[in-house]
Amino acid sequence: MTKELIELRVNGRTHQLASEPNRLLLDVLRQDLGLTGSKRGCDDSSCGACAVLIDGVPMLACTMLAASCQGAEITTVEGIASEGALNAIQKAYGEWGGSQCGYCTPGFMITVKHLLENNPEPTEDEIRRALSGNLCRCTGYVQMFDAIKAAIRAEQESER
Amino acid sequence: MSDFATIGKPTAMIDSAQKATGQGKYTDDIALPGLLIGKILHSPHPHARIVRLDSSRAELLEGVVCVVTGKDAPNKYGILPVGHDETALAIDRVRYVGDNVACVVAIDEASAERALDLIDVEYELLPAYFDPEEAMKAERDLIHDSRPHNVEKEYHHVFGDPERGLSEADIVHEARYLANEVTHAAMEPHSTIAAFEIDSQTGQPGRLTVWSSTQVPYYLQHTLAAVLEMAMPQVRVIKPLVGGGFGGKSEVIPLEVIAAVAARKAKAPVKITYTREEVFWAHRGRPRTIVDLKIGAKRDGRISAVSARVVQDGGAYCSYGVVTILYSGALLGALYDIPHIRFDGYRVLTNKPACGAMRGHGTVNVRFALECALDEIAARLQLDPAELRRHNLLQPPCVTVNGLRVLSYGLPECMEMVVERSQWRQRRGKLASGRTEKRARGFGLACSHYVSGAANAIIRSDMPHSTVNIKVDRDGAVTVYTGAAEIGQGSSTITAQVVAEVLGCCLGRVRIVSGDSDVTPVDLGSYSSRVTFMSGNAAMRAAESILNQLLAAAARRMGCDPDELAIHDEIIFRRDEAHKASAGAWSMSFDQAIICAIENFGALSASGWYSPPAEARGGSYKGAGVGPSPAYSYSAQVAEVEVDEETGHVTVLNIWAAHDCGRALNPVAVEGQVIGSVWMGLGQALQEEMIWKDGLIMNPGLLGYASPSSAESPHVEAIIVESVDPEGPFGAKEAGEGSLAATIPAIANAIYDAVGVRLNEAPFTPERVLAALRAKDKTHRPGTEHDAATTPNRFREHGGALRISGKGQQRHESDAIHVQQAERGDQ
Ligand code: FES
Ligand code: FES
Repeated sequence: MTKELIELRVNGRTHQLASEPNRLLLDVLRQDLGLTGSKRGCDDSSCGACAVLIDGVPMLACTMLAASCQGAEITTVEGIASEGALNAIQKAYGEWGGSQCGYCTPGFMITVKHLLENNPEPTEDEIRRALSGNLCRCTGYVQMFDAIKAAIRAEQESER
Repeated sequence: MSDFATIGKPTAMIDSAQKATGQGKYTDDIALPGLLIGKILHSPHPHARIVRLDSSRAELLEGVVCVVTGKDAPNKYGILPVGHDETALAIDRVRYVGDNVACVVAIDEASAERALDLIDVEYELLPAYFDPEEAMKAERDLIHDSRPHNVEKEYHHVFGDPERGLSEADIVHEARYLANEVTHAAMEPHSTIAAFEIDSQTGQPGRLTVWSSTQVPYYLQHTLAAVLEMAMPQVRVIKPLVGGGFGGKSEVIPLEVIAAVAARKAKAPVKITYTREEVFWAHRGRPRTIVDLKIGAKRDGRISAVSARVVQDGGAYCSYGVVTILYSGALLGALYDIPHIRFDGYRVLTNKPACGAMRGHGTVNVRFALECALDEIAARLQLDPAELRRHNLLQPPCVTVNGLRVLSYGLPECMEMVVERSQWRQRRGKLASGRTEKRARGFGLACSHYVSGAANAIIRSDMPHSTVNIKVDRDGAVTVYTGAAEIGQGSSTITAQVVAEVLGCCLGRVRIVSGDSDVTPVDLGSYSSRVTFMSGNAAMRAAESILNQLLAAAARRMGCDPDELAIHDEIIFRRDEAHKASAGAWSMSFDQAIICAIENFGALSASGWYSPPAEARGGSYKGAGVGPSPAYSYSAQVAEVEVDEETGHVTVLNIWAAHDCGRALNPVAVEGQVIGSVWMGLGQALQEEMIWKDGLIMNPGLLGYASPSSAESPHVEAIIVESVDPEGPFGAKEAGEGSLAATIPAIANAIYDAVGVRLNEAPFTPERVLAALRAKDKTHRPGTEHDAATTPNRFREHGGALRISGKGQQRHESDAIHVQQAERGDQ
C-alpha cells in the first residue's frame, strides 16, 4: 500500500509522517513516534490499554485510523505529567497501589483524567462506571478507587 | 510493634512513576535497528500428522526474510526435567488447535501475515481427545506415544490410615466437584525479542540476547541454551517490565524459542508478540479439574479422614502438569490437621493447549471442593462452619501427616478477624428472611493457604534459590543486583526496602538493577510466591555483610568496637552514647562511613544467598518434593452475596479477606496482592471459563472471557494478619496467591446460605445457579440438606464437555476400570 503524508498533533507537538492509510493510530504512536506509553492488550477493543484523548475525549487508539485523527489534538499518557512531575493522580496511583504491573495504567490515566476534568467530585459509583471500559488484571480495582479519591483530596487541598 | 524505619511502612513501588507516565518499557515497547517481525502459523487441527510442509511460496514474497520450521530447532524441551515433550515448532505432528507449525520472519507485520497464507501444509487427521475421562480409555492414536492411555502421570498417596479414619467417622460426606478451565489473561500479551551479536573472533553469530516478558529468566536462559545448542554464557536474558504473569509466563513459551531460532536463521533481530487470541491459544492456565471427595468427620466436627480423587485435563503437553497434580494432593495437608489422607491424582493429556501453572497453582480447585464439603458437614452436624474449622486447627510447630513442616500459623487469627469484621455470627443464616422480592442474601466462609516458595528447585541442583549482590561505591549509592523477576508484584520494592532497613539508610539511596543475566545473579524466578521469602532473605544477608564492613570502618575511625555501634536514619552512633547521637566524635554520617570503608577496603561489595533448610524439603515418598515450603501463608474469607432467584445471577457484595503474610514488609503491596488475588478468585467463581468446542476456544478474547470489570467488582476488605515467621525475612511470608483459593468456596457457601443450593461446578454462572434452583424446587424434601439433583451430572454441552453417563459412585467404578487397564498396559 502506498504511503501518504499525514500530520498528527500529539501532546502539543506536530508530527509529519508518511504512513499507509490503513495504519492504526496505536501503531503509528508506538512505532513511528516512539510513544510506547499507550499499550496494546487485546485485538478487539475490549481492554482500554490503548486509550488516548482525542480532543479531550478518551478513544481507543487500536480502533482508529491514524489518518482520521489529522487536525485533532491527541494526548497520550506521555502528555499527562505536569511539567516533568507526576500529577496528583499519578502520584496517588503509586501511593495507593493503583498500579501493580502497570500495563493497564496508561489507559487508566487517560480515563481518569477525563473523568476528573468533567466531574471533579465523582461518587464511587460514578468512578466505577467511568473505569469500566478499562481492564486491569492485577489490582482488583479497589486501590484505584482509593487513589482517585486521594487525588481529589490532594487537589482540593492544593487549591486552598 | 517493632520500630522499623522502612519495613512495614506503606511504600509506593519504586517503579510506579515509570508505570504511571508510560516511561517504563515492556518487551514490545523495545525497538532495535533492523528489527524484523515474526508471525507464527498455527495448526487448524486438534490432532494431525504433518505429511508435507512447503514454505517456498511464502519465502518468495517481497519482504519475507525466511520461514522457520520444526527442522530448525528439533531439540525437545519442557519446564520440568520429567516432561521434555515440546519442540518450538511441530516436527511431524500437531496436538492442539493453535499448535505451532511454522514462523514467517518479515520486514513488517503485514508482509509476515500475507506470507502465512502461502505456506502449504498437508495434514493427515488423527482422532482427537477433548475429555480427560475419554482420553484415559484410548488404546491407540495416543497424544504422546510414550504415555499409555494418555495419562501423563498418576500418583497414589496414602498417609496415615484413611480406611480406618473413614470407618471411625460419625458421618461421611461424598460428592463430585468440578472446576472449569480458567486462564491468566495478564494484560500484557507475551512478547520476545531475540538478537545475535557477531563474534569478533569467528565473524559468525555469537552471543544471543533475548528480551522477554517472562517470570523465569533463568529457566529461559537454560532452555534457550539447550534448544539452540549454545553454552549458557552465550545466552543473555533481559527481563524488561512485565505486564503481569500469574503463572502464564512462568515457563518457556514457544515464541521465546521461536524468536531465537528465527533470529539465528534471519541473521537479524526478531520480535514476536502474540496477539490476544494467540495468548488464549497458548495459555497454560488452570486445568479443568474433577474432584471426587470423601470426607469423614466425628460428631464434634473433627475431620477423621480425607480421600480425594483428582483428574486434571492437562492439554497436549506436560508443561507443569506433574507439579500441578502433585500440588493438588500435597496441599490437602498444611491447612488443617487431617490425620489420614488418601490422594489419587491423574494428570491426563487431551488435544487442547497445555495447561500449566496459574495463581494458586494446583490447590485452588481442590480447595474449592474441600471447603464446600466442610460447609456441608457443618450443616449436617449443625455446627457453625467457623466452629467446625476451629476444631481442626494445626498445632504448630508441627509436621503434617504428608511431611510438610509448619512453623508459623496465623489461620486462627485470620478466622477471628473475618468473623468479627463481617459480623458473621449476627448476620449469617439470617439474611434470607430479610429478602426483597426474589433476591436473597447469604454469607459464606472458607479458608486457604499457600507456599512461600517451593522448597525444591525445578531443575534439581544445590545452587542457592536466590542470590543478591550489593555494591557500594564512592558515589554513595547502594546498588542492589537481583535476578528476582519483578512482574508487578513489587519484588524490586521489597528488595530495596529490606536492604534499606538493614543498612539503616533511606530508600532513595538504594538502586535496584534487576533481571539481566549478564549482571544480576541467578534467581529461580517469580513463581510459587517465592520472591519475598527467598530473595528477601538473600537481600538481608547481603546487606548485613555490607553493614558489617561499614561498621568495622566506622569503628576504626571512632576508636571503638563495631559491636558498640548502631545505625539509624543514616547516622552511625555509639549505642551507649545514643543521647549524643548528633555530637561529632560519637557519631558519623552514612556517607562518611562509606568513605572510611572505601579507604579501608576498596569499594564495598557483598553477596547473600538463600536456600530452604533441609528440614523444610519434605518427606521421602515419590512426589514428596512438591508441596514443601519453608513457610505457609494462611487466609480466611467471608463473602456476602445476593442471588437473584429469577435470573440465577449472583452478585458478590462484600468480601472480607484476612491473610497471614508473616510480617507485612510493605502493607500497600500486601493488600494489593490480597485484593488482586481475591478478585481473580471472584472471576473464577462467577464468570471466567474457557469454553471449548471440538478443541476450539469459543471465547478467545477479553470480551468473551469476561473477567470482572470495575463496575462489578465488590468491595474487598483486606485484613493483614502477621504471624512473624521464624525463617522469613523480618518474619515475612507469601501474600500473592494464598487468598485466591478461599474466594471460590466462600462464594459457593454464601450462595447456599442465601438460597439453599449447592453449586458443585464452577463458575457459578446464572444458568448453573438457575438449574440448581429449579432442581431444588422439584426435589427438595424438607429435612434433606443436600440434594443430588444439584450435583453436576451433566455439564455444559461444549467440546471437552464431560460426557457423563452415570454419576457419583457409578462414575467412580467405571473410572477404576481404566485405571486397572492403564496399570496392565504399563506391565
Ligand atoms: S488494545 Fe485493547 S482496547 Fe485497544
Ligand atoms: S496493574 Fe497489571 S493490569 Fe493493571
